[in-house]
Amino acid sequence: MNYWPLLGVAVVVAGFVTRRNPVLVVVVAGLVSGLAAGMGIGDLLSLLGTSFISNRALLLFVLTLPVIGLLEHHGLRERAQGWIAGFRSLTLARLLVNYLGLRQVLSMFGLIDLAGHAQTVRPLLAPMSEAAAERERPLDEANRMRVRALAAATDNVGRFFGEDVFLAFGAVLLIQGFYERQGIHLEPLAIALWALPTAIAAFVIHAVRIAWVARSIRRHNPAGTTPHAAD
Amino acid sequence: MLRIEYAYWLIGAFLLVAAMFNARAKRWAMTAFWAVLATPFLFGEAILDANARGVRWPAQGMGLCVIALGALAARGDLRMLPEAASAVAARLRSAAALGNRLFLPALAIPAITLALVLVAKYAQSRDFALIDPAQPTLVSLALACVIALLIALRTTRASPVESLRQGTRLLDTLGWAALLPMLLATLGSVFAATGVGDSIASIVAVLIPTDSRIACLAAFVLGMVVFTVIMGNAFAAFPVLMAGIGLPLLVLRHGADPAVLGSIGMLTGYCGTLMTPMAANFNIVPAVLLELPDQYGVIRAQLPTAIALLAVNIVLLYFLAFR
Repeated sequence: MNYWPLLGVAVVVAGFVTRRNPVLVVVVAGLVSGLAAGMGIGDLLSLLGTSFISNRALLLFVLTLPVIGLLEHHGLRERAQGWIAGFRSLTLARLLVNYLGLRQVLSMFGLIDLAGHAQTVRPLLAPMSEAAAERERPLDEANRMRVRALAAATDNVGRFFGEDVFLAFGAVLLIQGFYERQGIHLEPLAIALWALPTAIAAFVIHAVRIAWVARSIRRHNPAGTTPHAAD
Repeated sequence: MLRIEYAYWLIGAFLLVAAMFNARAKRWAMTAFWAVLATPFLFGEAILDANARGVRWPAQGMGLCVIALGALAARGDLRMLPEAASAVAARLRSAAALGNRLFLPALAIPAITLALVLVAKYAQSRDFALIDPAQPTLVSLALACVIALLIALRTTRASPVESLRQGTRLLDTLGWAALLPMLLATLGSVFAATGVGDSIASIVAVLIPTDSRIACLAAFVLGMVVFTVIMGNAFAAFPVLMAGIGLPLLVLRHGADPAVLGSIGMLTGYCGTLMTPMAANFNIVPAVLLELPDQYGVIRAQLPTAIALLAVNIVLLYFLAFR
């Protein structure tokens, strides 16, 4: 067996570790892997070309951009922020658990980039989380940072474990495309539905962790306050 | 009958429009990037047909286009300018005026997609192929986007040109990142064709007892997590691990359900994404945005969730894939 094509994997690892442009890394890795396998230039080029064309369904989401772009231009994000900000009288745990659930459900419907670290976490979720936590107890600097990090983590978990349930999400199509080329025909719906058990588990696990961290922050003693005895 | 090819032509046309907007703004690298990317969508079917007939130069030309896209992305000037404060004020006014009506077109995309899939299924059972039965979801999604755009134009009373301009703005913001999933899938195909998967499978075969279902599953899960942590992307890990372990050992030899293995296997990789600084836009960028003193603060906050979920996924895979 020829193990030299594994050089392509090494290129990917080295390229990502040294923070090169991912697109360039992937193209170079493909070329290296092909040449190491002893393919001719002509064969390699047509392999690259035909593989690229066969995977073009992954760019189908581009058709949503004129719709979403137009709505954003007319204030979709601002409206979404105003709507979420309506739930103001929440505790830290309830706020984040609600956001987690909402983020998962929106992602399941393909509205993956409606929220995000720049769009919602920094301007909205992080300040609201801090405010909710402070209503229960003043925050010291370390706990303030814990609250912020938890807000960002909640956005990631909600996004990741919701989006795979969306039929037309890239991951689902990637899985379907992989099997299709191997002669196994699957409907995207079948793949998306099997992401549900993990999505539910992710919600339960992270919600429990949010409650646990919120409790530990509530019980944490900022410097200068009287400690509780034997909690 | 509606074929997926029509959707591809629509994407190609939109990419050309995006190139045109960029040309007008004299952003030449962007112009070239979107124009080159339009070719697989406009001529993809013709190129594949020619290749199947043994005419190979169009496919080879496409290969050169892929290399050109990599070179253009590496130039790194595919960046957008920040927007003006007046635009923010205008958006706030418009958000107040339109209210929750703004949600309708956005929610229409998934809702119409789902409805069309069901209609297509029903029509097909009556021997009437409305939508290409090979790709019902994708064709439905494309059609749903067109319908949602019409609804959005009605709601906002904007001109179609405005929607194309705003779509281009989003596309430009994404830049090369928009292309990454497609390219990583291409890399997966190249890895498969050059035997990378086979090499890994043969190494794994030496390392683990392939007769053992549990050992194969453990190697697959561990591999997904380790590859995702190294590459920062579960998409990149998936084709390698599937070609190396998932398909030959778990599906073909031990009879795992491919849909379950693919879906939960990918989500196992996502647990790795939560653990790695390589997934910079999810794990490092927010730490910077939120001004955390520890750049691994977000990873620390999600690590326990990732580990617990990984354990759940292994159990789910074991019981659901081998029903």
